[in-house]
Amino acid sequence: MRVMVFVKATEDSEQGVLPTADMLEAMGRFNEELVNAGIMLTGDGLKPSSQAKRVAFDGPGRKVIDGPFAETRELVAGYWIWEVKDMDEALAWVKRCPNPMPGPSEIEIRPIYEMADFAEAMTPEATEIFDRTREKLGS
Amino acid sequence: MGPGGTHSTGETRRAIEATFRIERARLIAGLARMVRSVDLAEERAQDALVTALAEWPGGGIPANPGAWLMAVAKRRAIDTIRRDTMMTRKHDEIAQTLEEADEDAAEAIERAIDDDLGDELLGLIFTACHPMLSRDARAALTLRVVGGLTTDEIARAFLSSEATIAQRIVRAKKAIAKAGLAFEVPRGAERATRLPSVLEVIYLVFNEGYAATAGDDLVRPGLCMEAQRLGRMLAGLMPEEAEVLGLLALMEIQASRLGARAGPDGSFIPLTEQDRARWDQLLIRRGLDALARAEAIDGGGPYALQAALAACHARARRAGDTDWVRIAALYDRLRGVMPSPVVDLNRAIAHSMAFGPGAGLRLLDAVAGDEALAGYAPLPAARGDFLFRAGRLAEARAEFETAAGLTRNGREAAFLLARAKACGQ
Repeated sequence: MRVMVFVKATEDSEQGVLPTADMLEAMGRFNEELVNAGIMLTGDGLKPSSQAKRVAFDGPGRKVIDGPFAETRELVAGYWIWEVKDMDEALAWVKRCPNPMPGPSEIEIRPIYEMADFAEAMTPEATEIFDRTREKLGS
Repeated sequence: MGPGGTHSTGETRRAIEATFRIERARLIAGLARMVRSVDLAEERAQDALVTALAEWPGGGIPANPGAWLMAVAKRRAIDTIRRDTMMTRKHDEIAQTLEEADEDAAEAIERAIDDDLGDELLGLIFTACHPMLSRDARAALTLRVVGGLTTDEIARAFLSSEATIAQRIVRAKKAIAKAGLAFEVPRGAERATRLPSVLEVIYLVFNEGYAATAGDDLVRPGLCMEAQRLGRMLAGLMPEEAEVLGLLALMEIQASRLGARAGPDGSFIPLTEQDRARWDQLLIRRGLDALARAEAIDGGGPYALQAALAACHARARRAGDTDWVRIAALYDRLRGVMPSPVVDLNRAIAHSMAFGPGAGLRLLDAVAGDEALAGYAPLPAARGDFLFRAGRLAEARAEFETAAGLTRNGREAAFLLARAKACGQ
């Protein structure tokens, strides 16, 4: 399964405080471990939300909101995409990640939807009913 | 206790087992080099897990769980070596002091500890994929000790019985023990001759998974991911080997099409007709990246060339954009390093797409007599296609009908007969 692993923002990351050399080195080692274990597909760090924009949707309306955004703990400061066997494996890897921030911080793991998740909703039987309905409608 | 402190016992156990799974291959690799036996290494690793399950729930998962497990396992291994040494001495009455024996064991352990962990893992992979073992045995043993799959999972993945796979693994382990392999990474010329047998196993595992269909046990398509993981590991451990990167690129790009190659009813959709929006762009990017790294070293190996071919399709946004001239040139090179009638057939198809049906027909005539292609449906199917495009409809029709009679796949036969019909009377 694929998971997206979010490093949540903190006051520090939102202020654009860059990691120390020690933290960079520890994170570099961790990333190397992820690569050598064959689970890391990609990952990046994100700039503070002061450089971000949001687009709010309401019907046909599109409203642009400039950062920074207030709810710091809900923001994302970085991410990885990993391919792991299960959530337990993802959890075990996250636990061995060095603390990505100088102070207390959080990392969130979210499974990514995969083709198989949709396949269940579209069984061959369901497909056939769907096709028959379409035939009746003459489309 | 883990952070949070709210784990139930079941969760703690799962957390420990997940940690163990991550460390297992490296653990076995390090131990195998020390005890010179896959079986004993697996046993000592298991001992370490049992100890962890007893101690970690109280004391918490250690900061460096891998080192902790390795230390426990090695201590157990030393105890066993000592005990065995004592017993041997009693039997044979060898006049050797206990101190000397201890020094030997201690030295072996020092050496084992000094070795770079990645190097140990590579050593295990090269041993499990030793060319003296059959291809199937190499695949089963690698999935077991490096991939951590159970015998039952391997059996289901290869549509075989658990007993057969178990026996295959036991025999392979015995052969390794008998040959006295040192679980080391071959260097220089020996590495060059043994690397292909490692890559072959990984690609075999990948293709088993790729051949799986929608109705199959999920373990089967899971083999693709397992092979990709092995390929990524290997690329991390041997970043200077062009063919390792080439194989990784080939697998990533092929896997990018896994979601697009079957219709809702499970029918196979050929490459040129797939919905390219469903190709996994992340895997394509990873594949192209690995290919670029391979080509920077040497893009002329069979895997790198096959990856380059796969990349030509991956880069084309629409089937019509495919760079057939480049594909034809790549096949010209591929047949030099991987001579095979199937490569020649594909080369003829590529040339027909790049330079017209006449060019394809000329190349087909050169391989038509090959015995390996006798009764091979794609040969008359390709010739039928070239003749059709050349306007020689009656001949094309006969070729399509021959091809339809040769294929065992019902859908393919129907497709070919439809093409025959399209040729008219």
